[in-house]
Amino acid sequence: MSIPLSDLEKTVNSGLTTAIKRSEVNFDQLFVEVDVENIVSTILFLKTNKKCKFKQLIDITAVDYPQKEKRFKIIYLLLSHENNLRIIININIDEKLLVPSIAKIFPSANWMEREVFDMYGISFKDHPDLRRILTDYGFEGHPLRKDFPLTGHTEVRYSEEKKKVISEPVKLDQEYRRFDSESPWEGTKYVNESVENNKNKKK
Amino acid sequence: MTKRVKTMNLNFGPQHPAAHGVLRLILELDGEVVEKIDPHIGLLHRGTEKLIEHKTYTQAVPYFDRLDYVAPMNQEHAFVLAIEKLLNIEVPIRGQYIRVLFCEIGRILSHLLNITTQALDVGSLTPSLWGFEERETLMTFYERVSGSRLHANYFRPGGVHQDLPMGLTADILKFCDKFPQIIDDLETLLTDNRIFKQRNVDIGIVTKSEALEHSFSGIMLRGSGIAWDLRKSQPYECYKDFDFKIPIGKNGDCYDRYLCRIEEMRQSIKIIKSCINKMPTGPVKSIDGKITPPPKKDLKTSMEALIHHFKLFSEGFRVPEGEVYTAVEAPKGEFGVYLISDGTNKPYKCKIRAPGFSHTQALDYLLKGHMLADVPAVVGSLDLVFGEIDR
Repeated sequence: MSIPLSDLEKTVNSGLTTAIKRSEVNFDQLFVEVDVENIVSTILFLKTNKKCKFKQLIDITAVDYPQKEKRFKIIYLLLSHENNLRIIININIDEKLLVPSIAKIFPSANWMEREVFDMYGISFKDHPDLRRILTDYGFEGHPLRKDFPLTGHTEVRYSEEKKKVISEPVKLDQEYRRFDSESPWEGTKYVNESVENNKNKKK
Repeated sequence: MTKRVKTMNLNFGPQHPAAHGVLRLILELDGEVVEKIDPHIGLLHRGTEKLIEHKTYTQAVPYFDRLDYVAPMNQEHAFVLAIEKLLNIEVPIRGQYIRVLFCEIGRILSHLLNITTQALDVGSLTPSLWGFEERETLMTFYERVSGSRLHANYFRPGGVHQDLPMGLTADILKFCDKFPQIIDDLETLLTDNRIFKQRNVDIGIVTKSEALEHSFSGIMLRGSGIAWDLRKSQPYECYKDFDFKIPIGKNGDCYDRYLCRIEEMRQSIKIIKSCINKMPTGPVKSIDGKITPPPKKDLKTSMEALIHHFKLFSEGFRVPEGEVYTAVEAPKGEFGVYLISDGTNKPYKCKIRAPGFSHTQALDYLLKGHMLADVPAVVGSLDLVFGEIDR
């Protein structure tokens, strides 16, 4: 039977106590933030705890926030069939940090972590087989980072002289155009600031 | 003295008729027995997630048709549900019914393709000829409603693009009356067929706990006896209004998965029928002018409609900040979208959770110890489509 989300939040908070940095319910989903060091124990707790029973790992993904000090956010989505509940675990890390792999707890994490490594260049500690997965053999760079250009760095073509497919730096006749179609009438910074100042004055 | 057995490495694909697309397997064989499989994917990688980050929300919808191109609208569904959750808007009831109608048509499209090509892989040609004829009929329904047989771009944030054209529901009902007979015919060819059973029964067995460990979803989970279907357990849209059953398997082998797919098609027909019979009247998309474009005829007469139209097709709409995960029961399993909005008109991040990704990953576990000839049978029963796996 399913239990309400708030009960789950209580269970998780009492079970993991200090490991949890923040937990909140948004859009009927429970978000829990933990530290990198605690990720393995957290996932293991959620999987094995009698009240949680998050037996299935749905996905692992990352988000790039280049302006932030801790650049990447890694997201783990878990699902409990018995309780009919989902939970979302976040960790924030900086660029060079190694993240402990959870492939020992969930075998399916293997490829998901490989994908995060491929797309964002985040390395996982104790991962059985950390290779690129989706990009081409011999690909360089990490495409889903915000500083990776949409057009990429190389393009491939068949070379008649060499009689094989070769890759060369991208040559575009026209730059990729990013249209700024956002309205100049709303959402500019100074308007927001003045509104906020007014709000503060009222307080 | 011990004798070292030398294993042979065999390259399967990426261009192989039984690989269902561009799957490359590096097989390690001991004689004819598979010792290890290393699947190489990504040969159809198009950078969908990166492209979506550079498009407005409406412009991003067509990318979802190109993921699992066998059942395009089911994919769009997950994305528009995510946007609607962030925007906090209601879809009018008629819009919801139309969505369900076409999702179920998509399910039949996908299962027909899978069942018949799986039969083809294990040596039966006729089912694919029969099945593809029906797929063609279903795709004309897609065409009549969206103008395109495959890449529909029909579901929009807030509803669907247009109302159903005249006479379409009657034709779909006619199809529903005829189609169960086709399923029966397919079953006479396959269900009790000696060769088909020899190739599928007790092949690629998945236990309940292993199915969970390997993040299986959809038929792969139900084939192993776990009663889990998002349409029932976490009902989205108006699936609550419909009465249908979820078939589950017993042994978790390729044959049970085939039987589940057959039964799911019958249930889909049931849903389609009651959907058309109960089809309410009213608008098909949200009447919020800031989200859905106005009718074309209003553009000539209404200033407001003209402004809305211009803004929606240049800037698009802004989505409030937030993170959501929405999942739908796509024909292949749980198809999810993790959408992060930073308050602008473009998604900050859109992660696509494709069911086939975890299924492909499990090939090594599924096929260890099987014969080489079982590889196509298992690959067939996993229902892999590389559009969604490679993204």
